[in-house]
Amino acid sequence: MKPPSFEYVAPRTLDEALEALATSNGEAKILAGGQSLIPLLNFRLARPRLLVDLNRIPELGYIDDRDGGLAIGAMTRDAAVEREPLVRERMPLLDEAIRWVGHAAIRARGTVGGNLAHADPAAELPAVAVCLGAELTIAGPRGRRTLAAEDFFQGYLTTALQPDEILVDVWLPAVAPSTGQAWLEFARRHGDFALVGVAVSLTLDRGEVSNACIVLTGVGGKPVRARAAETVLVGGQIEDRMTPAADAVRGAIDPDADIHASKEYRTHLAGVLTQRAIHTALERALAQDPSALDVRRALERMSRYA
Amino acid sequence: MPDRRMVSVIVNGRGVERAVEPRLLLSDFLRHELGLTGTHVGCEHGVCGACTVLVDDQPARSCLMLTVQADGASVTTVEGLASSPEKLHPVQQAFWDAHGLQCGFCTAGMLITTVALLREHGAPSDADIRAALSGNLCRCTGYQNIVKAVRLAAERTNGRV
Repeated sequence: MKPPSFEYVAPRTLDEALEALATSNGEAKILAGGQSLIPLLNFRLARPRLLVDLNRIPELGYIDDRDGGLAIGAMTRDAAVEREPLVRERMPLLDEAIRWVGHAAIRARGTVGGNLAHADPAAELPAVAVCLGAELTIAGPRGRRTLAAEDFFQGYLTTALQPDEILVDVWLPAVAPSTGQAWLEFARRHGDFALVGVAVSLTLDRGEVSNACIVLTGVGGKPVRARAAETVLVGGQIEDRMTPAADAVRGAIDPDADIHASKEYRTHLAGVLTQRAIHTALERALAQDPSALDVRRALERMSRYA
Repeated sequence: MPDRRMVSVIVNGRGVERAVEPRLLLSDFLRHELGLTGTHVGCEHGVCGACTVLVDDQPARSCLMLTVQADGASVTTVEGLASSPEKLHPVQQAFWDAHGLQCGFCTAGMLITTVALLREHGAPSDADIRAALSGNLCRCTGYQNIVKAVRLAAERTNGRV
């Protein structure tokens, strides 16, 4: 199918883009990488009166060192994140997960901001943003505001963005020392949206997990943070806590069934992937903190795919 | 009268100017306006990869781009790969030699995707090749020979594609 008719503007500055949105009476759509919006136009599921194309606003594309963390402009292409040495060195979870976003040709066009603002319930980057404690800055006619990623995602394809606002900046705080992270997902075909995906970040301190973050994608309308599982992992003997953590994840989610997978299968998968991701994250944390001998011994005793 | 915009695009090294509706997909611009029907349109929603072209040397689904977005850009289609009508591009030659095509519908997208891969990774592993091609569907399911063709192209070109 072909897109329906629409008016089109390609502003050169953020202010011009905000102005176009402000005068559109909520009948505009923002075009970022277009890898989700243009299919919706082609299917005529979206029929905006006006398309505001952000692709000619250079100020929205950057990856910068900022306040000890990393700032990523909303129009930064996924492929640019994938190639960025700063991301590889300092944001291992993002570096690992970005490779699972679509295919090379999709990542060459798709943007970080578009991915987050579209908020597909099975997408990688929303879960990564929540797991990393990202702060998202939104520009609008009333000025700028900054939200924690966890508050940005509100439900199925729904975020805190108002129709006259634009997501402009993603800030990722520095990852603590002795932290191991892992992204794992399962999809029937490479590049498809995940049936289930999981982001895990674990920080070790004196041989124990001192901080844990586990966020799943594909199991709800928005990224699901498995707080009960995080609590299980923190402190004490890690060996005894892997299975309870996976159980806590299974208990915390209520995924929908669809043509791709049943509720039971998704729930099972969430437990298995979480356990594997915890294992990998611990190995990576140990690589930075070889003194955590108890954790190392525990890992050696545990089978990888329990 | 629908709103039309002037776009100026370099397609296969040649500058073209046209007035187009903002809703015209790049794939339709290439095929219908320029007659470059080597770029095939399969699913028209970014799943099959048949319409993949290079936009400023990066692979892109031409069905997921508006022509107006390509204003000022350089686009390479399958017609722009070979340097002369007599001599196939090394990736095309490798597909020929390794029987990397059957009906040919997916081939243009496969070739463009392969060129983009080999420019990024001169010596890709089989896993790299399969990951790179995962966004291109072949309904003849001739994937084994396509992978062989990419490997052959990589060996012959050593990253210079």
